[in-house]
Amino acid sequence: MSTALQFDPIRLPPECEVLRREVRAFLAEEIAAGTFDPAAIETDDLFNREFSRRVGKKGWIGITWPKKYGGQERSFLERYVITEEFRIANAPVRLHFTADRQSGPVLIKYANEALKADILPRITRGECCFGIGMSEPNSGSDLFAASTKATKTDGGYRINGTKVWTSNAHNADYLIAIFRTAPATKENRRHGLTSFLVDMKSPGITVSPIYNLTGLHDFNEVVFGDMFIPDTHVLGEIDGAWKQATSELAFERSGPERFLETFIVMIELVRVLGAKPDVRAAEALGRLVAQVHTLRRMSVSVNGMLQAGKEPIVEASVVKDLGTVWEQRLPHRAREIAAFVDSGDVTNRALFEEHLAFATMIAPKLTLQGGTTEVLRGIIARGLGLR
Amino acid sequence: MGGRHLAESIVTDTATRILSDLADPQSVNRARDTAWEPALWRALSGAGLPLAWVPEELGGVGGESADGFELARVSGEFASPAPLTETLLAGWLLAQAKIASPTGVMTVAPCRWNDVIGMRRDGRLMGRARGVPFAAASEHIAVVVTGAEGCRIACVATSACRIAIGKSLAGDKVGEVTFDDVKPIAIADAPTGFDAAKLMTMGAAMRALETAGALQALLRMSTQYAGERVAFGKPIAKFQAVQHNLARLAGEAAAAMAAASSAADALSTIAADPRKFDEGIFLEVAAARIRSAEAATEGAAIAHQVFGAIGFTKEHVLHRFTMRMLSWRDDFGNESQWALELGNQIARRGADGLWPFLSSR
Ligand SMILES: Cc1cc2nc3c(=O)[nH]c(=O)nc-3n(C[C@H](O)[C@H](O)[C@H](O)COP(=O)(O)OP(=O)(O)OC[C@H]3O[C@@H](n4cnc5c(N)ncnc54)[C@H](O)[C@@H]3O)c2cc1C
Repeated sequence: MSTALQFDPIRLPPECEVLRREVRAFLAEEIAAGTFDPAAIETDDLFNREFSRRVGKKGWIGITWPKKYGGQERSFLERYVITEEFRIANAPVRLHFTADRQSGPVLIKYANEALKADILPRITRGECCFGIGMSEPNSGSDLFAASTKATKTDGGYRINGTKVWTSNAHNADYLIAIFRTAPATKENRRHGLTSFLVDMKSPGITVSPIYNLTGLHDFNEVVFGDMFIPDTHVLGEIDGAWKQATSELAFERSGPERFLETFIVMIELVRVLGAKPDVRAAEALGRLVAQVHTLRRMSVSVNGMLQAGKEPIVEASVVKDLGTVWEQRLPHRAREIAAFVDSGDVTNRALFEEHLAFATMIAPKLTLQGGTTEVLRGIIARGLGLR
Repeated sequence: MGGRHLAESIVTDTATRILSDLADPQSVNRARDTAWEPALWRALSGAGLPLAWVPEELGGVGGESADGFELARVSGEFASPAPLTETLLAGWLLAQAKIASPTGVMTVAPCRWNDVIGMRRDGRLMGRARGVPFAAASEHIAVVVTGAEGCRIACVATSACRIAIGKSLAGDKVGEVTFDDVKPIAIADAPTGFDAAKLMTMGAAMRALETAGALQALLRMSTQYAGERVAFGKPIAKFQAVQHNLARLAGEAAAAMAAASSAADALSTIAADPRKFDEGIFLEVAAARIRSAEAATEGAAIAHQVFGAIGFTKEHVLHRFTMRMLSWRDDFGNESQWALELGNQIARRGADGLWPFLSSR
């Protein structure tokens, strides 16, 4: 592979700006109606059935998917705009976000026609929540160490084992999970894992909460005790999940949600500093703005490549690496920048401090979830031809 | 700018060919004198590249705005020691006042934020410009003249100015140019609203592109070297610590390229017409300048780490890239000054204006 990474200066076309205005108007109405508060600290109720249904009605879930599955066949750049506007507003998208971002595209690629016709339209209507069952107690970065077993039986498989850190599992209708259908081979240690669609209503699944360090319940332990999955729910090649995992990553990694989760810290920082910041604060703020503008331009560029049918896996990894490292430092820098501001002059200091505290607490997860910094750099190094 | 379109790939190919033939960094680094300089400049001029931003009726080629930015990127890839971007900028500046470009090497002034060149009643120029790249090598200087009733643009013979020569980090000659009663060869009113900040904007964008080009070259060189250099019985590229350093270098190169090409695209869309430089252009160029300078700082350190001691020698070509990139940070406003301006602009706009502004690009 070549060392020249591609980041063309793609602009959002006019239809995106039209859509952005529609999205903003919709969110403003929802805020006015009290559905959510954009300045509130995150709580457990980012899962909101009614809200997701209304988003679905707008046609904004699965917007790039084929019309016959409920999609709109619109562009990845339009999806980009929706993602960033919902993210900036802190809208409660948890029910549909994972399905929209990655599960739906996986189903489109690997599920049989009957599953597609059944599930995809429900996702686009905002009725269907997905989770991802990859990690296990002894398999994190090393995905291919997964040992939860899928044993062949009549008409399907029996699943036994444990997944962890499974976000949304307590609300999910389905998981897309990888299970071991065969041992790894000497030649290929990635061999032997198969991707499955798991119906969370199946008997034999126990979901237990794991509280993260903020005290919120987002991820879970999921134990499978002889759960049955029919053959029809195999996604893609048996024993060949490793061939499928990679294309998903470009979708998962390049989005603006990877560096805009705590953007409210930037907004409230600007408010704390006021119209005439001192030289030190203004200079530091200018750098943060330059950095986030650059990240945004890179993310738009990757989405433009997705739209053009490319698989910019290395570029997506670069965006996630730079973006998550940037966002992880954001609360610390904001804290330093605001250090000399006399809080007597401003009214949002308390709100700023609250968001700073929350952003500081969640910072560690940013460079872990969806592939750690080290894993991403390994992928980039491979792209450079070093491995 | 309009006029004749030099297809991007033709400009890229021509510049790449000339620079690899006549200014290969390794050969330039080995050369004991500057005998290679005239041939290089002849070839670049012969291809019409230095005057790509000058309309035909003013003596240039009338290329597209994008051509000039592309030239800056390619020039950076070679850590080119030729005054190509400076002459491009000078031609662009003179064209704003419909002054024909002379042939030969040109540069521009002022290049620092606080330097002001003024005009006396008798039309003679007074003032000082620090850090002017290629001042001594130039035949003419294109000058933004600041006056009470607006700005003018002048073409000045370098020989009419006093020049104190200094050296940049990269060993390139920079001049402190004193305009002491200098009579310009040509002077004309700048378009309404034009000021030195417009020149800074174009200059900063060009340096961002050069930096992005240099980082691409550094990434290529460092990756290649890591595959060749053996330590502990294997190529150092096989060590994860080295791989991760190179991955970070790739990230910095990518960020610089993304920010710089975004700024170039924004400027090209308005044909680099200074009357259309708005706050959006300011954001794009400031971000390109700031992020590329940060990438230069990080990237230079990583590349030197990968190369070990050999990269710390005069003989090795590495410093041609790293030191030039680091010295470019200071031209046309350093990244701290741009960040200060950008930060103040964001603060004036207010908290609730931040996202609408960012998302408008
Ligand atoms: C908030 C959150 C939500 C999550 N949601 C989900 C989910 O919904 N579904 C799901 O399946 N998983 C989920 N995860 C799990 C996530 O994918 C894993 O945390 C991640 O893959 C890392 O695995 P690990 O935690 O076991 O760390 P480990 O793999 O044990 O890694 C520990 C450290 O060692 C480093 N390391 C490991 N291997 C190497 C190597 N070869 N070279 C260099 N360094 C290495 C890692 O980078 C890391 O720094 C979530 C995680 C978090 C934090």
